[in-house]
Amino acid sequence: MITVPVMADLFAEGKEPDILFWVGSAGSFDDRAKKITRAFVKLLNKANVNFAVLGTEESSSGDAAKRAGNEFLFQMQAMTNIEVMNMYNVKKIVTACPHSFNTLKNEYPDLGGKYEVFHHTQFIEQLVNEGKLDFSNANLDINNITYHDPCYLGRANDEYDAPRSLIKAIGGVNLVEMKRSRNNSLCCGAGGSQMFKEPEKGERDINDLRTEDALETKPDVIATGCPFCNTMMTDGVKHHKKEAEIQVKDIAELLAESLGL
Amino acid sequence: MQFIPNIIFAILLGVGVYFFANNVKKLIRNIKLGKDVDRSDQKSERWANMIRIALGQSKMVKRPVSGFFHIVVYVGFIIINIEVLEIVLDGLLGTHRLFLPILGEGFYGFLIGTFEILAILVFISVTVFWLRRNVIKIKRFWNKEMTAWPKNDGNYILYFEMVLMTLFLVMNATDVHLQQSGTGNVISQFIVPLFHNVSFEGLHLIERIAWWLHICGILVFLNYLYYSKHLHILLAFPNTFYANLKPKGQFPNNKNVTKEVQLMMDPNADPYAAPAEDAGEPEKFGASDVTDLNWVQLMNAYTCTECGRCTSVCPANLTGKELSPRAIMMKTRDRLEEVGRNIDANKGTFQDDGKQLLGDDYIKQEEIWACTSCNACVEECPVNIDPLSIIMDMRQYLVMEQSAAPQELNAMMQNVENNGAPWQYSQMDRLNWVNEE
Repeated sequence: MITVPVMADLFAEGKEPDILFWVGSAGSFDDRAKKITRAFVKLLNKANVNFAVLGTEESSSGDAAKRAGNEFLFQMQAMTNIEVMNMYNVKKIVTACPHSFNTLKNEYPDLGGKYEVFHHTQFIEQLVNEGKLDFSNANLDINNITYHDPCYLGRANDEYDAPRSLIKAIGGVNLVEMKRSRNNSLCCGAGGSQMFKEPEKGERDINDLRTEDALETKPDVIATGCPFCNTMMTDGVKHHKKEAEIQVKDIAELLAESLGL
Repeated sequence: MQFIPNIIFAILLGVGVYFFANNVKKLIRNIKLGKDVDRSDQKSERWANMIRIALGQSKMVKRPVSGFFHIVVYVGFIIINIEVLEIVLDGLLGTHRLFLPILGEGFYGFLIGTFEILAILVFISVTVFWLRRNVIKIKRFWNKEMTAWPKNDGNYILYFEMVLMTLFLVMNATDVHLQQSGTGNVISQFIVPLFHNVSFEGLHLIERIAWWLHICGILVFLNYLYYSKHLHILLAFPNTFYANLKPKGQFPNNKNVTKEVQLMMDPNADPYAAPAEDAGEPEKFGASDVTDLNWVQLMNAYTCTECGRCTSVCPANLTGKELSPRAIMMKTRDRLEEVGRNIDANKGTFQDDGKQLLGDDYIKQEEIWACTSCNACVEECPVNIDPLSIIMDMRQYLVMEQSAAPQELNAMMQNVENNGAPWQYSQMDRLNWVNEE
């Protein structure tokens, strides 16, 4: 059982959470991403974080619309979301989606939405530092993990360390870096609204190439911190017919599993 | 009669500098065809960036081999220019090695010796560059957009440098006095034996010819810059200074759109109100031609030295798509040059030529839609050029002015509009995940 407080309910009771969990459209609707959402909530519950979600009052962040060139639709979405969040006096936001993270953190402020925004790996790292989550006895029956940097967390916002420090915190696992990693990482192919369209014509698909990078490290698990990367890498692993041996997991899922949640 | 060489030299120098100044003026005029963008903030961070990235070449060495040789050529280029100062003064005043008595034989010899060592290192480095381009055929120098001119341009510069360095060393080797003094001829002494059959007068003639060709070569090179990818030796500095300092994922919010959205969302706004008298032509959304881009984007285009590092890390290009970030910059520059020539030919005003940067003549829609906005090209550029910003401005034009997005993206946007998600799910189902273990 997971506990997911909803902003409107808290508001009715005159309460305010410490932080808003922005679930994002993928995290709300995509079957694979929903598992990541639940895993992250398990960690939040475990750490007794006083959080809430917007639930049915959340709407698309507008990232996909903006990257597709529809600035108008993006700003409509942003201003609507800002109105809701400002009404609830939101100060801090955490999200498991680097695309929401980037747009909320960087593009909402000059439209009137000024919040402190965290990617879930940054927030979990904080919980670990505050002693609210402890992975020192955590264990996973996995040898090699390789980590794929999501562009919108890495190059776009210079966060390379939080996800890696969390992977290393799990006992018994070995983090193997891909040839292209950190700021040299190769995109999974989903960014800039590519998630929602067929690729332009070319020789091969980007996720197929990126998965090759990952396979070279002989991983048991390919870890990501983005629901879109997750989809692309999962498809890539299937393309290379490795789905029986290699799993694609979000860091939140690995951490929740390592604690037996 | 004895002043004739001085006069010829002064005229050559004057003409060389005059044409160069004219080209600089044209360059600035063209860059200013771009829209305004404010990059006057965070001065100290901007200076630091320029010193680190342009002067310090910090991003060049990310690829150690080309980075190392590039630094040799760059340091050689800057330091050997001290010698050019002496050459220019000698030419104007009719003196020979003016600095020798001023600096004293020991120190002067030390300087010339340093220049000679740098000259031979530069020669070796540009030879390595030539081999990388023409023999090893490194892939990024052979992409589709590297047609005849970009390829030749790259090679011409290398030949130029080889010739200039050779002339400099020959000039020193045939300078009998310098060779006899035995200081500063660190490298040139090994060239001397080549001339052992030449008379004293012959040596003097060769020395003079090398001297004149060397300085004329430099003046020609100065004026070649404007037409070449080699403008980066000047523009790398302002380009890194005025580069974007915000997080790479932050795309600017279009202010014109903000005004309209605010009006739409304002319950007190009168939807039937006539537009204000002074409203003028409604602003165009996004960019379809160079004049829709901002001046930093246009300066980016002139700064690009076509090294192709951006394209070599572009996921779309790596998987055979039409997009190449370098081609975006090259086409932007080509179009800007065309617009500039049009203005020159039409007494200072642009006459519509039926062409645009975005269209069949230059950048095709297929390129624009292949981008994943991953910022790899921006990260990789040794001088902080931002091809992604041009791509995104063009997407805005295609979607907001032309409604020309790919069909699937239209469906995605329709979903966002109707049900607040890129997929067709009801907003009322946003919490279903809670109970789906």
